[in-house]
Amino acid sequence: MSDLFSKFDPLIEMRSNLLATGVTDPFSMVMEKVLSPTEAICNGRPTILLGTYNYMGMTFDPDVIAAGKQALDDFGSGTTGSRVLNGTYAGHRAVEDALKEFYGMDHAMVFSTGYQANLGIISTIAGKGDYIVLDIDSHASIWDGCKMGDAEVVPFKHNDIGAMEKRLKRIPEGAGKLVVLEGVYSMLGDIAPLKEMIKVAKDNGAMVLVDEAHSMGFIGPNGRGVAEEQGCLEDVDFVIGTFSKSVGTVGGFCVSNHPKFEIMRLVCRPYVFTASLPPSVVATACTSIRKLMHSHNKRAHLWENSRVLHKGLRDAGFQLGTDEPQSAIISVIMPDLERGAAMWEALLKEGLYVNLARPPATPAGMTLLRCSLCAEHSAEQVQTIIGMFTRAGTATGIIG
Amino acid sequence: MDRAATEAKIAALIEPFNKKGVAISDATTFAGDLEFDSLTVMDFVAAIEDEFDIIISMNQQAEIETWGQLVDAVVKLQG
Repeated sequence: MSDLFSKFDPLIEMRSNLLATGVTDPFSMVMEKVLSPTEAICNGRPTILLGTYNYMGMTFDPDVIAAGKQALDDFGSGTTGSRVLNGTYAGHRAVEDALKEFYGMDHAMVFSTGYQANLGIISTIAGKGDYIVLDIDSHASIWDGCKMGDAEVVPFKHNDIGAMEKRLKRIPEGAGKLVVLEGVYSMLGDIAPLKEMIKVAKDNGAMVLVDEAHSMGFIGPNGRGVAEEQGCLEDVDFVIGTFSKSVGTVGGFCVSNHPKFEIMRLVCRPYVFTASLPPSVVATACTSIRKLMHSHNKRAHLWENSRVLHKGLRDAGFQLGTDEPQSAIISVIMPDLERGAAMWEALLKEGLYVNLARPPATPAGMTLLRCSLCAEHSAEQVQTIIGMFTRAGTATGIIG
Repeated sequence: MDRAATEAKIAALIEPFNKKGVAISDATTFAGDLEFDSLTVMDFVAAIEDEFDIIISMNQQAEIETWGQLVDAVVKLQG
């Protein structure tokens, strides 16, 4: 029978072929119990978590949990309304104040998810006749924001400063320009040369939006991200971020110094036409963000974990997404989806969870085992992880 | 540049991407006949953009399915 679902037939077939090999479905794992930011019970087995975005391990922080419980008691389970109507509580203002302080910026606007922050800001500020110039490896939420708006969308090759500059120079005189970049690209864990790219963007009269979802809390002297690390944060017009990674809950935001930024609260549809975050969520986010301002020791330990895992996996013979560790993401390149899924399953049986990433999420059609480290992973756990990878890689023939 | 000259230039650019040597006419489709995936499209579009010093935005690319439509679009974009 042919109907609207027929277009999904190739994917359905690919999936059933993969599962027919007897491999555990990598996309329907359930965590039965979460023991800590780094350990859970998955499929009945104690498992080290190396595929979460819990970079700073804030999800079980006692102060964060206490703040959430207090907010549940004081403000109830949800707001049942839009930010612009009945959905702005004291906690929403408080978390926006925490963000302004964290980034040292004048304005902060909190969305219900990070996806909506990109969707809302990009589709609203770049309109008909404007041009969006963006990296081809941008996150789905950036692409969807482009698609939702009416601007002309012009991609350039990943991290290619020359390709970006050529496209900026070809834009018709007088058209509005927005350059969209990410600090850390989450598939390979590589960072952008933001300082050079932002200079080129500014020289060509463009505004700049940087998604720092995977760097917040960790990269930069104060955890403000790659732009802070490279000394160009003051040239970024809009920083997009999320609460669902280092902050350890859910939600998204944009911070900016633009003098007219507050008007976004009235014109940005993904902000207006959805319910605001529950009080407990903004309370946990606010407490977590304030603690992240002072988490220098945790940042140092996470960098150490990243360096040790990168070296350990490289020495074991794995092909990695970057030559040097550039973030808390270490990406292990698999030869194809079948062997990637087999390796993923072998790791799970060893008691290690990583992300299996495949096209279209990955660049260049790659299958990746993506490892994201946590500041709460102990040095011993990292050594255990390297041992698990080595055994599973040998058993599946990924390494010789 | 007239249509014939534009087409000849694009024909030279597509050669490295036309790995199976598919015979090209105005009705040849990129997704169907040439089996271009999104990465190939990006590299091919970038080559055309650099050759003619133009922008073919994603919005414009969405309207281009065949060889004939591409040549017409590039002729038009050169002004």
